[in-house]
Amino acid sequence: MSVLKREILPLKTSNDVVLARQKVRQWAVELRFSLVDQTKLVTAASELARNALDHGKGGSMTIELLNVGAKSGLRLIFEDQGPGIPDIEEALKDGFTSGSGMGLGLGGSKRLVNEFSIESEVGKGTRVSVARWK
Amino acid sequence: MNELAEIISKNEDRIRAEWIRDMSKSVQRADLMGKAELDEQCRALLGAIVQGLKTNGPADVTTTGWNTARELLQDISASRARQGFSSVEVATFVLWLKQPMFASIREELGKNQDKLLDTIWTATELLDRLALLTTEAFLAAREELISRQQQELLELSTPVVKLWDGILALPIIGTLDSARTQVVMENLLQTVVATNSKFAIIDITGVPTVDTLVAQHLLKTITAARLMGAECIISGIRPQIAQTIVHLGINLEDVVTKANLSDAFALALLRSGRTVTRLSSAKVRPISNFLTKREE
Amino acid sequence: MERIPVLRMGTLLLITIQVDMHDKLAMQLQDDVTQRISEWGSTGVLIDISSLEIVDSFIGRMLANIAAMSRVLGAETVVVGMQPAVAITLVELGMSLPGVRTALSVEAGMELLFGAAALNFGSGDERTEA
Repeated sequence: MSVLKREILPLKTSNDVVLARQKVRQWAVELRFSLVDQTKLVTAASELARNALDHGKGGSMTIELLNVGAKSGLRLIFEDQGPGIPDIEEALKDGFTSGSGMGLGLGGSKRLVNEFSIESEVGKGTRVSVARWK
Repeated sequence: MNELAEIISKNEDRIRAEWIRDMSKSVQRADLMGKAELDEQCRALLGAIVQGLKTNGPADVTTTGWNTARELLQDISASRARQGFSSVEVATFVLWLKQPMFASIREELGKNQDKLLDTIWTATELLDRLALLTTEAFLAAREELISRQQQELLELSTPVVKLWDGILALPIIGTLDSARTQVVMENLLQTVVATNSKFAIIDITGVPTVDTLVAQHLLKTITAARLMGAECIISGIRPQIAQTIVHLGINLEDVVTKANLSDAFALALLRSGRTVTRLSSAKVRPISNFLTKREE
Repeated sequence: MERIPVLRMGTLLLITIQVDMHDKLAMQLQDDVTQRISEWGSTGVLIDISSLEIVDSFIGRMLANIAAMSRVLGAETVVVGMQPAVAITLVELGMSLPGVRTALSVEAGMELLFGAAALNFGSGDERTEA
């Protein structure tokens, strides 16, 4: 698997979330993803970018253009040095949660992508990596 | 192993001519590929092999010096897969190179037995690797073709029919898996927008089993339509299906269901403010009247 | 600062969302709608999202909030023009927006609202003086 292109965007303000969405849309269009797949990926990016900003107190999004043989895809990596998630299993469940407001974001985003992985350590930060293949 | 590269370079024209001749004797596909095209492909491949040998040697064909050769073989395989060559024909394209290559090697190194053997071994290993690469690429191209055809079949097998102004029908035949549900949803919702239809009747007479997964897929479709402002009615629920739904505890409370399509259609007509009335018998004319010209 | 305009058409509030909203803009819209309903005594809110290509959980919650808050203030909300790709994605995301009425177009939305408004008390005239 090779990474053909990579870009890193900061997620420090709510406008950065909009910029992140637009960047993901741009790359997805370039890769000629179907409209529905584009929408799913950009929506997932919006969820995760917002999480990194609101819950993770700011971070970054790395966007990569991947290539494996004839298959191409996009990978998005959201990192923050925020408080971390104490119970990942719980956070992945659907439904509104009181307080952290992350209830819908993670579990839902997982269903919008082909690959999803998450690492988090309390006090250290969180890293969510998702990918969508064409 | 620049020796191999040298030998090939020196005897390039002869190797190519023999290669093409041997291939044409056994693999007759003049219907699929012209002579000039074949000649060009062989020339390009030999050049790429020499380049690879000179840059990185024969051991690892994944190194950058072999990029040209690899890309060439991938292109050749993919195009032959699409043209209709068999996998054997594609693999032997590379393998037929052995005989001419060995002939040249023997001519150049005949006196030195050890060197002769080593070089032939290197050459055969190299060509085997390249042949495998070709087969791999061929299979990948075939798989892509198959998946594309599957996609087309999926799209064809779920037509959306307009029953009346603002009322659509979606007869589903066959199992409803998640891949099919995606296609069904997209098709249905796009048609809803295009025809401005508030009602969609999803008929599942042709769906053999309805388990929790299928029910989930149906519910997803209904919810998506609802979000857009259209209502779905499920029809064609066979008695066994009704029993299964209850046994599995599937919750269809928020879903409007009807036993058959005509009931669903009648309901949709009613909900959209229409009714079907019977004309008085004086006004009813046989259909044949409409088929021939007649003075009224 | 930029805001999404809230237009008044009699007893109806008409909102067309055309920009890629950042969170602050969404919160501002929520405030504006509730403000206007109180001020003008509106009984119907029509939100046109036919230009929105992305509706994530935040925007979805905003729409649900507007519908709920408006209802408390005596107005009905209809969201119209959701794009197919957006609907499919929202469902996958797990959002079904219960309590938010939807329609295919602005016309269909108005039909719904005026049908509903007819059931409300008065036409809003009683509330215009103050």
